[in-house]
Amino acid sequence: MTAMLRISGVRTFYGHIEALKGVDVEVAEGEIVTIIGANGAGKSTLLMTICGSPQARDGSVVFEGQEITRQPTFEIMRKGIAQAPEGRRIFPRMSVIENLKMGAITSDPKYFDEDVEKVFAIFPRLKERQAQRGGTLSGGEQQMLAIARALMSRPRLLLLDEPSLGLAPLIVKQIFQVIREINEQQKVTVLLVEQNANHALKLADRGYVMVNGRITLSGGGAELLANPEVRAAYLEGGHH
Amino acid sequence: MEYFTQQLINGLTLGSIYGLIAIGYTMVYGIIGMINFAHGDVYMIGAFQAMIVFLICGALGLTWVPLQLALMLIMAVIFTAAYGWSVERLAYRPLRGSPRLAPLISAIGMSIVLSNYVQLAQGPRPKPIPPVIRGGFQIMESDAGFVVQLGYLQIVIILLTVALMAIFAYLIAKTPLGRAQRACEQDMKMASLLGVNVDRTISLTFVMGAALAAVAGMMVTLYWGVNEFAMGFVAGIKAFTAAVLGGIGSLPGAMLGGILIGLIEAMWSAYFSTEYKDVAAFGILVLVLIFRPTGLLGRPEVEKV
Repeated sequence: MTAMLRISGVRTFYGHIEALKGVDVEVAEGEIVTIIGANGAGKSTLLMTICGSPQARDGSVVFEGQEITRQPTFEIMRKGIAQAPEGRRIFPRMSVIENLKMGAITSDPKYFDEDVEKVFAIFPRLKERQAQRGGTLSGGEQQMLAIARALMSRPRLLLLDEPSLGLAPLIVKQIFQVIREINEQQKVTVLLVEQNANHALKLADRGYVMVNGRITLSGGGAELLANPEVRAAYLEGGHH
Repeated sequence: MEYFTQQLINGLTLGSIYGLIAIGYTMVYGIIGMINFAHGDVYMIGAFQAMIVFLICGALGLTWVPLQLALMLIMAVIFTAAYGWSVERLAYRPLRGSPRLAPLISAIGMSIVLSNYVQLAQGPRPKPIPPVIRGGFQIMESDAGFVVQLGYLQIVIILLTVALMAIFAYLIAKTPLGRAQRACEQDMKMASLLGVNVDRTISLTFVMGAALAAVAGMMVTLYWGVNEFAMGFVAGIKAFTAAVLGGIGSLPGAMLGGILIGLIEAMWSAYFSTEYKDVAAFGILVLVLIFRPTGLLGRPEVEKV
């Protein structure tokens, strides 16, 4: 397997707190890989470390053969990586279309119209709302916008941080369906962080389980879904 | 009536100048949440640059006024923008991420550095230049013989300000740079996650603010005809008052606040007392801070959780 993204031995600190304690994760081109784990396990920190904010103190992050561990965030994000981050972080006082323009700020303007049509085809709701300010959208619409904005930079690797958080079950289903479409039709590799282990493992080719800043288990999506430990910790005790 | 009209014209002229300086305060506050107290001194630098270019033109025998004005404008903008860029680079960028008080103190330090530097380089005494644009229209005359004058220079100042503000509003609303600036203002981390070079965007914000301050400095040089090293302090605080009155962080607010402060100052001087004209402006600052801290067009600051 040639890895598109290879994370090896990554340790990340917030002040004196070690949030990632030596993490190894690989993502191959074309895959959907998920990282599941409880709140506070370090999943979001891992996605942010890939983007260099904060930077890993030890270990390395290699994307398409190039070491990006010590590069500034804005340069990493120009290499074909995009993130729909925790909390969605829509620009609240910009319209939907302006948020999408921000997503496309590093790509050639000649692709803009075509790319907007593409994301509007995926999320017709955004087309209806295009003049509305980001801050006035519903949670589900904001999540759609966050993913759409990430796609506007034409990424080869898409990082998604808990896209299901706080959304109604029907919308969660839609969002996961869209992630599959993006992966299959637009050939975008996906690294998905989720607490919703059931949905995430059904969708993913492979998964990792993260506990307290460490990877404790890994395997195929179906395999992890059947694993008794995973079932006990993330699927049965009240988690969806 | 004639007297009032004259004060209206004077107030608008003065207000244009304050408005241009106020934009620099409000933009920097918008993007990094800091009051750049050195901005008044950057404006003073702009005034001196314009004066120096004017004197050089005189020494070289360039007496054609439009050429003189164009050179003053271009050179003052370029040099003052370089000062604005350097101030951010030296005094504020190293402190990014530190508590809010640190860059504020650094700004006051920078203000002292700039005014003392000009005091050493140019001398402490006020420097006069002869009037460059004379004359104007006489628009009315009262029975008592009071003539209302609209100077050509006043027209130039007001028109140039309107043009600059229009260009600026367009720049912020419609161009990728303006969009990146607004994105940084709303969520700096997210902007960097989209590939925006946040440091560069902040630098350019300082450059733009300084460029507008340079234009204001040039206008004042032409209008009053006297520059001195300490001129940045009071003008800076008045422009800051204008920014607060309009709603700090709001561009239209800065323009409106500038015009209002100019008018208030002109009217106060005309009808109450010239000696106490600064009291009027600063009284407004106190009242706004007490009764409407978000200003006329500002929005309430919501602390992010």
